[in-house]
Amino acid sequence: MSRLARKTAIVGIGQTEFTKESGRSELRLGCEAVLTALADAGLDPGEVDGYCNFTMDNNPSIEINRAIGGGDLRFFSCIHYGGGAACGTVHQAAMAVASGVADVVVCYRAMNERSMQRFGAGVQDRPPMPTTENAHFGWYAPYGLLTPASWVAMSARRYMEEYGATSADFGRVSVACRKHAATNPAAWFYQRPITLEDHQNSRWIVEPLRLLDCCQESDGAVAVVVTSAERARDLRQKPALVAGAAQGAGREQQMMTGYYADTITGLPEMGLVARQLYADAGIRSQDVQAAVIYDHFTPFVLTQLEEFGFCKRGEAKDFVRDGNIELGGSLPINTHGGQLGEAYIHGMNGIAEAVRQVRGTAVNQVPDVENVVVTAGTGVPTSGLILSAS
Amino acid sequence: MAEMAGARRRRPRPAITHDNAFFWEGIAAGTLLLQRCRCGRLRHPPGPVCPVCHSFEWEAVPASGRGRVYSVAVAHHPAIPPFEYPNPIGLVELEEGPRIVANLVGVAPDAIRIGMPVRCEIVEVEEGWKLPQFRPAEAGRS
Repeated sequence: MSRLARKTAIVGIGQTEFTKESGRSELRLGCEAVLTALADAGLDPGEVDGYCNFTMDNNPSIEINRAIGGGDLRFFSCIHYGGGAACGTVHQAAMAVASGVADVVVCYRAMNERSMQRFGAGVQDRPPMPTTENAHFGWYAPYGLLTPASWVAMSARRYMEEYGATSADFGRVSVACRKHAATNPAAWFYQRPITLEDHQNSRWIVEPLRLLDCCQESDGAVAVVVTSAERARDLRQKPALVAGAAQGAGREQQMMTGYYADTITGLPEMGLVARQLYADAGIRSQDVQAAVIYDHFTPFVLTQLEEFGFCKRGEAKDFVRDGNIELGGSLPINTHGGQLGEAYIHGMNGIAEAVRQVRGTAVNQVPDVENVVVTAGTGVPTSGLILSAS
Repeated sequence: MAEMAGARRRRPRPAITHDNAFFWEGIAAGTLLLQRCRCGRLRHPPGPVCPVCHSFEWEAVPASGRGRVYSVAVAHHPAIPPFEYPNPIGLVELEEGPRIVANLVGVAPDAIRIGMPVRCEIVEVEEGWKLPQFRPAEAGRS
């Protein structure tokens, strides 16, 4: 068991509304979410002494901290690899708090992704400065493999070939998430469920991915507050204990284009995260009552279910066909609607939902939740959490 | 303005580093090159050092250009100039072992099959600029 296990807790969550055009600055969105999270926890901004965000977020922690009247900062970290770092923020916050480096650490992501900087528009304008990361994109961009959807599509096609998964299997993930979003007033797709037929009739983005295999693009912000488990007991909310927290990057890790290993139908980085999380928390897959599985694109939801051992490798298609991932199933996932249904806040909104499930306050509450798995962006160096009630 | 718009209609250019320049120089000269370490291992995409024997010494060797489709993605949206859509992009496993991404040509997107034998051709896709692409191998030549 890791020295981090259950030493810290998420004690506050805050979010803005989720829209397609926020009408205000990303910095303001961030401040709103952070202040809401601190108020939720019952902590004064002056007590914050640490922050953690991740690359692609445009709001440096000192800007947030100055704006909200925060305290002197003893810990500030910005983790690489975008949405893969969503759970990594809590991982680093937990390390900082458990080691005594900081007392109250806020993790956040604020973005006008839809109205200001659409990721789905592709990387065609990336300048050819000979940096290592630009050289990476040079193996794909000249051929038109330019968008996150296209990078995932290549992996998904091979997965279908080897395991017999179909477009409809990907669609079942989307249908489940939209079903959950339909009863979540905070979701962009509130009261707008879809059918499998809707999914199958949606247009190609990059075959084998259809429009309804791709998450939304959103404006909004989410923040969570981490402090020690001991202090959490005296605060306003029921603590969501950080029972497990881990990062993972495989030895053949690529940035969205894991095309070169002997097999490319898994997500080794997520398997690495899963093994660490279960060991940290001292639990097994059958001890998990609900999960928030990062759903930028549906195919990698199937892969993650396999990497976490919720089903055998190649059998996620059967697992979703049997309805396991919907409310009332054996493992409800993305009860807020996920990034397909609620909003794409780069994984941070999923952490907030996991906290609500542990507290027992989710709009689509799963009964008797003890442990919730949360995952971060896939196809990139990633991270995950197990949040627990005790 | 017209000139700028024209510039944006070019395919994105790769960033040329000390590690990958040989590959793009090879393409410009009409040859698909692979990096071969002193220990004999081939690697693509190229890197500065062998992850197995840790030698920084390597040479560029020509690939046969023969391979098979390992996976494929067919891009439809967003339509980004100058690409034509649908745009099939293949992940090709070369017969020497390494895999490489490039466009698939000479085959309808619906007819592309994983495992299909293909061969490389190097084509001037824009004036003064070449790229490798793969088309189905003719019978008896695969």
